[in-house]
Amino acid sequence: MSTTRSGPPPVRERRLGRARLRDLQVVWIAAVLVVLLVVFSALRPTSFATSFNLLNLVSDAAILLLLATGMTYVIITAGIDLSVGGVLVFSAVTATKAVDVTGSLLAGAATAVLTGLAWGLLNGVLVAKGRIPALIVTLGTLGMSLGGALLLTGGVDLRAPGDLNLGLGLARWLGVPLIVWICAAITAVLGVALARTRFGRHTYAIGSNAEAARRGGVAVNRHLIRVYGLAGLLAGVAGYLSLAKYGITGVSAHSTDNLQAIAAVVIGGTSLFGGVGTVLGTVIGVFIPVVLQNGFQILGVRPFWQQVVVGAVLVAAVYVDQRQRARRDQ
Amino acid sequence: MSAPLLEARGIVKSYGHVEALRGTDFTLLPGEVVALIGDNGAGKSTLVKILSGSERPDTGEIVVDGQRVEFGSVEEARAAGIETVYQDLALCADLSPAANFFLGRELLKAGLLGRLGVLDNAAMRARTQEACERLGVRLKSQAAPVSTLSGGQRQGVAVARAVTWARRVVFMDEPTAALGVVQTRRVLDLIRGVRDSGVAVVLISHNMQDVKAVSDRVEVLRLGRRVARFETARVSMEDLVGAMTGAVEQAGEVEQTGAAGTGPAGAVEQESPQ
Ligand SMILES: Nc1ncnc2c1ncn2[C@@H]1O[C@H](COP(=O)(O)OP(=O)(O)OP(=O)(O)O)[C@@H](O)[C@H]1O
Ligand SMILES: [Mg+2]
Repeated sequence: MSTTRSGPPPVRERRLGRARLRDLQVVWIAAVLVVLLVVFSALRPTSFATSFNLLNLVSDAAILLLLATGMTYVIITAGIDLSVGGVLVFSAVTATKAVDVTGSLLAGAATAVLTGLAWGLLNGVLVAKGRIPALIVTLGTLGMSLGGALLLTGGVDLRAPGDLNLGLGLARWLGVPLIVWICAAITAVLGVALARTRFGRHTYAIGSNAEAARRGGVAVNRHLIRVYGLAGLLAGVAGYLSLAKYGITGVSAHSTDNLQAIAAVVIGGTSLFGGVGTVLGTVIGVFIPVVLQNGFQILGVRPFWQQVVVGAVLVAAVYVDQRQRARRDQ
Repeated sequence: MSAPLLEARGIVKSYGHVEALRGTDFTLLPGEVVALIGDNGAGKSTLVKILSGSERPDTGEIVVDGQRVEFGSVEEARAAGIETVYQDLALCADLSPAANFFLGRELLKAGLLGRLGVLDNAAMRARTQEACERLGVRLKSQAAPVSTLSGGQRQGVAVARAVTWARRVVFMDEPTAALGVVQTRRVLDLIRGVRDSGVAVVLISHNMQDVKAVSDRVEVLRLGRRVARFETARVSMEDLVGAMTGAVEQAGEVEQTGAAGTGPAGAVEQESPQ
């Protein structure tokens, strides 16, 4: 039963060095993003680095950022949420219907948020209490929510209420779309909450060692339900905002949202094994694919390359993470 | 002889087809150090998990201060002043020592921030540092996650955590398994210190020297049952080993009177439960 260790000091120092490296992971991906921005700006100073184009970049990323932030929480608990795109669409549909019935945009927003929350809580209950793997649960609710949205709309995209599309959809503050401000504010709050609050701490603890968290007195099931609920709620908000931005419910436009969100989270340094990750990393992870796509477009590189490059980066990020885990657990 | 602080009666616990505990008893008096010994698989860790609220028995009673209790969760056992160093340590490897130390009872900032759930990391770090230093666990960095610590340091963090929070009972499931000679001695000293402060300690160990050195009494588990109890001062190493392996079983189930219990033959566990 007794394990004796010989020469622990050097081992310990090397391990500490690695810990610092891991902390630097966010810095590394931030550097990659900066390099991309610099290269594209240098190659096409007149078109890439214009404020109009940068604003485009940010607008494209904003709604995905909400999904990815919720996904960050979920993945840190060592879970996954494949349902976000379906929940987004379903929420957009129910919001449209609610506005139709009540004539109130506020009722529409509330409906979207509550619908998203309900799907998220369903995910959470099935994962935590039903002990069904998150991959299966959320694959199931992805199908249910997408199918449900098609049933509700009869397969035809609904148009957003006009005052929503022309109001919130076009509104700007300090020259930046209001939608971007909203997404940025929510992301910032959740980033701080993850890093600084007890809720965030328990999220990391569960992903790191759920049994230890339970024995430490953390209400693991309740917490998991809340985390999935949060991811669903954010998908609901995203549904309402995308309705405002694009003017339609987009029933068939969101089937790969989940993969985009997961890619962003993982590229941003969050571990699929749980316990490790930051919202800041996710923000950078959202922007890298967006910048690539935009840059390729402007350079005249065929845009399909973006998918190839992002796929490769994703695999590389997971490989590095796995290597670090293996070394740690040796 | 004082009334038991904590008692287990006829605890049964099965995992599928494996009967980990088959109606075991256990007694802990106030302010004593009891060594719980037995071969691998005897059921020691299972008993500790049940008495610390992290698992529930199939049948059997847990009695604290003469009152029958049911620990539905770890928190309920904690509320009764019971803390545990688990054999697997139950640390979150990705979190800092301080985060582990305060897991489930985080300190929050004062005022509005605290009400929003904002952590007071500085205070938690300082108190963790203090507790670890008292135990001689030297941590190079408070920020580095537990995964970067050596096995001994991790064990030190787990021991310091349990000892700091315990008000009445500390269970220590092989707390010195990964420790060097010096650190082991520190933990043994710590156990005496904890006892002197009025907190009872249950030590699980395979090291009979340590058991002899630090315990007041010994309870022996074999195949999921308590088979013998001794007063440490009056028992030989051979008797302990004999009771664990069953070699001396036929020579009369060993019970030294005068310690706890219900009489000379009280703790002699026969085949029938209770
Ligand atoms: N979670 C579990 N699932 C299945 N079987 C278990 C579980 N926990 C314990 N057991 C079984 O229960 C029995 C007692 O295990 P326990 O860990 O309590 O023994 P122990 O006395 O602590 O042994 P050791 O000295 O090796 O730590 C063993 O046969 C073990 O295989
Ligand atoms: Mg054990």
